[in-house]
Amino acid sequence: MDNSVAARIAADPNYQALKSRRSRFGWSLTLAMLVVYYGFILLIAFRKDLLAARMGDGVMTWGIPIGFGVIVFTILITAIYVRRANGEFDALSEKIKQEALK
Amino acid sequence: MNATLPTSFARRTFAIGAAAALVLAPTLALAAGGDLGQADKQATNWTAITMFVVFVLGTLYITKWAAAKTKSAADFYTAGGGITGFQNGLAIAGDYMSAASFLGISAAVMSSGYDGLIYSIGFLVGWPILTFLMAERLRNLGKFTFADVAAFRFAQTPVRVFAASGTLVVVAFYLIAQMVGAGQLIKLLFGLDYWIAVLIVGALMMVYVLFGGMTATTWVQIIKACLLLGGATFMAVMVMWRYGFSPEKLFAAAVEVKTNIAAAKPGTTPQAAAAAGQSIMGPGNFIKDPISAISFGMALMFGTAGLPHILMRFFTVPSAKEARKSVMWATAWIGYFYLLTFIIGFGAITFVLTNPEFLTGPGGGLIGGANMAAVHLAHAVGGNVFLGFISAVAFATILAVVAGLTLSGASAVSHDLYSTVIKKGKADSASELKVSRITTVCLGILAVLLGIAFEKQNIAFMVSLAFAVAASANFPVLFMSVLWKDCTTKGAVIGGFLGLLSSVVLTVLSPSVWEATLGYPAGSAPFPYTSPALFSMTLGFVGIWLFSILDNSQRAKIDRAGFPAQEVRSETGIGAAEASGH
Repeated sequence: MDNSVAARIAADPNYQALKSRRSRFGWSLTLAMLVVYYGFILLIAFRKDLLAARMGDGVMTWGIPIGFGVIVFTILITAIYVRRANGEFDALSEKIKQEALK
Repeated sequence: MNATLPTSFARRTFAIGAAAALVLAPTLALAAGGDLGQADKQATNWTAITMFVVFVLGTLYITKWAAAKTKSAADFYTAGGGITGFQNGLAIAGDYMSAASFLGISAAVMSSGYDGLIYSIGFLVGWPILTFLMAERLRNLGKFTFADVAAFRFAQTPVRVFAASGTLVVVAFYLIAQMVGAGQLIKLLFGLDYWIAVLIVGALMMVYVLFGGMTATTWVQIIKACLLLGGATFMAVMVMWRYGFSPEKLFAAAVEVKTNIAAAKPGTTPQAAAAAGQSIMGPGNFIKDPISAISFGMALMFGTAGLPHILMRFFTVPSAKEARKSVMWATAWIGYFYLLTFIIGFGAITFVLTNPEFLTGPGGGLIGGANMAAVHLAHAVGGNVFLGFISAVAFATILAVVAGLTLSGASAVSHDLYSTVIKKGKADSASELKVSRITTVCLGILAVLLGIAFEKQNIAFMVSLAFAVAASANFPVLFMSVLWKDCTTKGAVIGGFLGLLSSVVLTVLSPSVWEATLGYPAGSAPFPYTSPALFSMTLGFVGIWLFSILDNSQRAKIDRAGFPAQEVRSETGIGAAEASGH
């Protein structure tokens, strides 16, 4: 791709929309993942007792659903990103491609 | 090609390995013997061996089929780019779920409960980061190796030399860990000698990669992922079935077992025993200090996005859309697998720790060592045939991982060093393919020799070192080159090497090498934390930033001017390598 084509695409409003939406979405989810994981790590480092606290009369502690929750959250957040990227973002990319190849 | 091939290979490698063993013998005698990962040899297990032979024959048949399709360098590196997202997701999972994570994490859960879960979560959280920031951009910019992406707008030679160094260092440490693990595990499961086990792994991996390239490697990984996920699911379901699918009942039974074990020790009060039993339900001593915890978490999280053998898998799919689907499936399978290992670990407490058949004596450890937790559980829930199956799966697991590593190392040498640096991009596909095959053989022999040399070493640090290097060297360079417009060749190379060197040096100075491997007294390690990533990754990023902004060379102008075109391609995929032929 030569620079003139690149410059033309870069000026396309669809491209700018794609770039800013994807970047905002990607970074927000990255931040969410960092908060959840490091939140979990800091909880372990400073408040072990919260995770070891029993939920009821049995042996089950809050730590088990929280730990499983982190795993499920990781899978879900990935799915959410892929769903939007493969739908909305790819449709925008397709438009940009058609525009560029005209 | 037929089944006699590995025999001739094994024979040839045997001679080399035997000679090397003689040369290395004095070194081994002098080396400090570590206790981790050492296993007692078991009686020869014919069921397991039969199942493993079936697996090997099946994969050799696939290799034969793949060999017919592997004609160009593109076929060898990326299976022609024709793998689907779902298949690639399984293959990535197969590349990532090592025997250490299956046997090691279930053993960790069995011995300390919740801490095993904390450990496994660390290995999962890097995947979303890789998805959000890297996966599609990698696919849009790259062709065969991650260096294609890192060097996209930079001076090729220095960045490729750095990327190949980063790749080979990560591959070497990861490979040694896998080979030593393989030898110990197979000695344990099949009752074969350590060096025979290492030779078999080395020879089979060479055959897969040499003849079948990425196509065979991918299918070996897919089959292994299915077998491992299927076997682990069966074990977890059998455990849950026994407790009426009630987690509370399973956990209560496990706490009771742990309480009884604690109470059996003389001088333990009932209260102390109950507390010890309940301790498996919450965090224990896995995290010693917050700095180590954060640093180790960073190594795992960002290291995943810098592992060359994983990054390479993104070039096997035809488009960015399929690349995203790959990580989606990989994350789901790996996450599911870690949930299973947690249940398996608790199952091992209730089924294995209570059965004298699996213990060395009353209140003693497991026969064959703690890492046998999942294997004994397989015996307990599925009898001798299932034991054989799980043993064969564990062996297959190692093969799939080492094949992926070797392929990645071979690509770094042939595509980055030979084709781009030495031949300045003018090498034809046939000669590049030849160099990758020669490198594959060299890496295979090297892996066997290193596997034998490190038999008695404490190699617990090696996988975390591989992650630390990936997080501190490969990831920052990749990240900055793709996302930061002012990054220059000089900045990327200097910063990358700073990250690489500092992560290796700090690991050597940390307790896991300084005290556990080199044998200096406890507490004398100059670098007190578990993982260097917090410091070395920061150094890598700061180095790239500093040497880029200070860079006023002619090259820096070209580097910066190349960013807009790179960005357009990374965002839209226009001009990206196509599926077939690249």
